[in-house]
Amino acid sequence: MEPTDISNPEYFHKVVDCQHACPAHTPVPEYIRLIAEEKYTEAYMINWDSNVFPGVLGRTCDRPCEPACRRGRIDGKDEEPVAICRLKRVAADNKGDVKKLMPQGPFKANGKKIALIGAGPASLTVARDLAPLGYEIHLYDEQKLGGGFMRSQIPSFRLPETVLNEEVNYILDLGIHTHFNQYVKSLKETLGKNYDAVFVGSGAPKGRDLNIPGRQEAAANIHIGINWLANVAFEHTAKIGKKVIVLGGGNTAMDCCRTSRRLGGEEVKVIVRSPFAEMKASPWEKEDAMHEDIPIIDNHVPKSFVLENGRLKGMTFEKVEAVYDKDGKRKLVPIGGEDVFFEADDVLIAVGQENSFPWIERDLGIEFDQWDMPKVDEVTFVSSNPKVFFGGDAAWGPKNVITAVAHGHQAAISIDLMCRGESLNVRPSPFVNLVSQKMGIHEWAYDSAVVNDKRYVVPQAEKKLTLSDRKKEVELGFSGITGFKEAERCLNCDIQTVFTTDKCIECDACMDVCPTACISFTENADESDLRNMLKVPATNKTQDLYVSSVLPTKRVMVKDENVCLHCGLCAERCPTSAWDMQKFFYNVTKAHTGCSSHK
Amino acid sequence: MTYIRPKFRHPELPKNELGYSVDYYEGALSTLCAGCGHDSISAGIIQAAYEMNIEPHKLAKLSGIGCSSKTPAYFLSNSHGFNSVHGRMPSVATGANLANRDLIYFGVSGDGDTASIGMGQFVHAIRRGLNMTYIVMNNGCYGLTKGQDSATADQGSKNKTGHVNLFESIDLASLAIELGATFVAQSFSGDKSQMVPLIKAAMNHPGFAFINVISPCVTFNNNMGSTKSYDYVRQHVEATATVDFVPKMKEISVEYGKGTHKQVVMHDGSVIQLHKLSEDWDPLNRQSAMNAVLNAKAKNEILTGLLYVNPDAHDLHHMIQTSDRPLNIMTKEELCPGSEILKEINEGLR
Ligand SMILES: Cc1cc2nc3c(=O)[nH]c(=O)nc-3n(C[C@H](O)[C@H](O)[C@H](O)COP(=O)(O)OP(=O)(O)OC[C@H]3O[C@@H](n4cnc5c(N)ncnc54)[C@H](O)[C@@H]3O)c2cc1C
Ligand SMILES: Cc1ncc(C[n+]2csc(CCOP(=O)(O)OP(=O)(O)O)c2C)c(N)n1
Ligand code: SF4
Ligand code: SF4
Ligand code: SF4
Ligand SMILES: [Mg+2]
Repeated sequence: MEPTDISNPEYFHKVVDCQHACPAHTPVPEYIRLIAEEKYTEAYMINWDSNVFPGVLGRTCDRPCEPACRRGRIDGKDEEPVAICRLKRVAADNKGDVKKLMPQGPFKANGKKIALIGAGPASLTVARDLAPLGYEIHLYDEQKLGGGFMRSQIPSFRLPETVLNEEVNYILDLGIHTHFNQYVKSLKETLGKNYDAVFVGSGAPKGRDLNIPGRQEAAANIHIGINWLANVAFEHTAKIGKKVIVLGGGNTAMDCCRTSRRLGGEEVKVIVRSPFAEMKASPWEKEDAMHEDIPIIDNHVPKSFVLENGRLKGMTFEKVEAVYDKDGKRKLVPIGGEDVFFEADDVLIAVGQENSFPWIERDLGIEFDQWDMPKVDEVTFVSSNPKVFFGGDAAWGPKNVITAVAHGHQAAISIDLMCRGESLNVRPSPFVNLVSQKMGIHEWAYDSAVVNDKRYVVPQAEKKLTLSDRKKEVELGFSGITGFKEAERCLNCDIQTVFTTDKCIECDACMDVCPTACISFTENADESDLRNMLKVPATNKTQDLYVSSVLPTKRVMVKDENVCLHCGLCAERCPTSAWDMQKFFYNVTKAHTGCSSHK
Repeated sequence: MTYIRPKFRHPELPKNELGYSVDYYEGALSTLCAGCGHDSISAGIIQAAYEMNIEPHKLAKLSGIGCSSKTPAYFLSNSHGFNSVHGRMPSVATGANLANRDLIYFGVSGDGDTASIGMGQFVHAIRRGLNMTYIVMNNGCYGLTKGQDSATADQGSKNKTGHVNLFESIDLASLAIELGATFVAQSFSGDKSQMVPLIKAAMNHPGFAFINVISPCVTFNNNMGSTKSYDYVRQHVEATATVDFVPKMKEISVEYGKGTHKQVVMHDGSVIQLHKLSEDWDPLNRQSAMNAVLNAKAKNEILTGLLYVNPDAHDLHHMIQTSDRPLNIMTKEELCPGSEILKEINEGLR
């Protein structure tokens, strides 16, 4: 293999598994260390810069970082990832005055006007990143308040309104012109208002229906999940029948069933077509639902709505089993026998959402593909109309809040570049920094010891309390002490092992001391061969090999990054400091921080 | 202070025939200087014990005094251990071995511990054919007492302060061959691929097995002008052969070029495979082994690998015809059969 080019920041970035997996590349270990030091305000600001909604995300994030967390790999058994997401909440709950650390308006106008359609996390991120640069931002939403689906869909028992309001207001307070209660009926009209750019952050607002027999006749008691949740959020709906069936296996279904339990639903069931293990909902959402006495009945395909005296009485289902062909493709095959009937006073349909752009005229130079989705550039987020940008769920269908935020940052950069007449394809490079952590012989500037604690569980409020009040938050969050202990579980993957070939005398000390057999000295070979020539074969191909240039004995040093504990022992045992532990800080450049510097 | 070894090990560590992975043979975290050759040898010992499927409680590690003699703390934590007095490890090993012949005896010593204060003990353990592995971690100096020249420091070699050694050095390997050791090898701490099979073969050898391992002292003897530094050793090392130790019953499948390949079949059917690198050397012939060492020395080379082996070796117990049953499990009655029997014996000697 060629020697690893560590001057390319993407190499070390990838070693920080959590940060790399985070769509917004939040510097996770950095904020976790700050939490351990009780520097909650600083930890909050690191998050705020990257993901804009630390308080919201610390409660609701889809947490793609956690399955990626190295901690979950290091013993191959029951070790669980660090509770990255819930630590974020510790920062948000305990922070001091953060507002004074945020950009302070009023900002000197730069004469450019931008329209943002939809006030969800994607648009709000664009607003936050562009407002400090002097852009005049106009934010449109058909709802009466900002937040998008964070407000209309995520129930208050998971995300208190106060937390959402606080973080939405940090942005609106930057001098955003809001146009709430305004449905944008025509993009043509909006473009006609002399905006320099339009960002479409309108989400995927259309809930899928289920057209099976009885649907029309029983319509009064059948509700589309996301519309129903929005009605609950905006207090148009306050009750539901005693017996409720929720159809669907995603997170929307979980929010529907749990909300039903709080609005009078006594016998609430989730009924899903697929096997339990394959449901789209996150494992913790399923657990929380079952904890609230909601059975999840899997392998049942809905067949019809059953009426009695013109009113919904229940539904019938066909029982199926999942069969997989040789490519692993799943088919649901009926297992025969009678259809099953379940009683219901109300049914909530939560079987997916779709995009819908009836308000975008098709003659504006915005190309749509065969699925009626706009063609959007994956890097710049521009559509085929150079003035119109898309992001969040509007770009490629329903994802999650953190993805919408990541899109927002990149779209803001593109809009800024476009307004300044620069190429959208020259993206600002990330801010990076690499600093030695050596303080003394056995002394590092970070807590290098690896603790053995198991993952801590977030405490919850009593069920009796939470089920009786729709707005009562279920999760209580970690206390400061538990937060510290959980933070200590982080392996500090951003403290990189940096190797200097010229200094190595090939004494083997690092290889011998490494607890997880990461380091080998061997002849060089192609990657596939080299992976098998190491002390322990490097079977996890998603993890890179760090290869040195050739050493005096003609061998190379090869480090398998897979299960490195970042314990620093290699560097402590190295007589020549050929290994050093260096803190790698990587931060995605945002419009308001980076672009202004190359003006 | 953060010098703590994490409990986590690589989740895909293989297991040996006993079901242990290599970490079961580890010891405490070393307190030797970072980069000390001795630590590499400890790692080699751990690897060898793991590969040999040794049950840790069937091995006793013994040592004298010195940085080298501290290393038993850093390997095989689950084995028996005796850290004895300076230069006196052979006596303790002899006593232990006579009392319980069923353990594997693994002695670790330094060049000071062996070639100076312990010389008198060392030579007699060899003469007696004590069944043990005896490793000298040879760094040419007294590391623990701050790097004074030892008796294995080469004449003319320079220490860290620039002082040149005036005296002839003691060559422990040729001494061992001379005194009748039945397994003699030499190695370098920086070459585990050679060291590990040698340690395995030595542990399996039913007599006195000696390995002299050149092991640089990074702190006091890794300077220019030293003949025991990493750089010097790497530049001057010459191997007799590449070595592989194959325990009995394993199929031997490696093909070597004609003439250069030699297999030494040991007492128990295990095999030492040698891919000879030097022409005029026969590992079964003491004379030839001595010549090879002397020739190498004349050329300023450090000859490593297996030097000499006698596959039909016998140990002290065989020579003095002790009981097959270890003495330590015999009862008092068996060990002291009483005055009547003594009388009989005395009669028989009249
Ligand atoms: C029930 C449910 C629960 C969820 N839970 C989570 C969760 O826990 N964690 C998570 O990360 N994600 C969750 N998601 C997904 C997440 O809410 C979305 O992915 C995210 O909000 C998308 O953000 P966005 O900015 O693209 O648009 P959205 O948040 O969807 O906001 C779009 C806004 O645009 C408005 N709008 C649309 N068209 C127009 C128009 N023509 N004129 C004016 N306004 C318009 C809409 O009213 C809406 O307010 C959930 C989704 C649902 C349905
Ligand atoms: C009876 C006695 N004399 C002297 C000493 C001091 N002493 C301790 S270690 C040592 C030399 C050790 O040298 P070596 O065996 O080569 O070990 P190294 O530290 O080099 O590995 C000496 C002389 C002692 N401990 N006991
Ligand atoms: S920091 Fe060094 S010693 Fe520790 S696990 Fe990583 S490579 Fe091994
Ligand atoms: S400990 Fe340092 S000098 Fe020794 S082999 Fe490792 S990197 Fe090289
Ligand atoms: S003084 Fe020399 S022999 Fe002793 S631990 Fe340090 S490097 Fe090793
Ligand atoms: Mg010594």
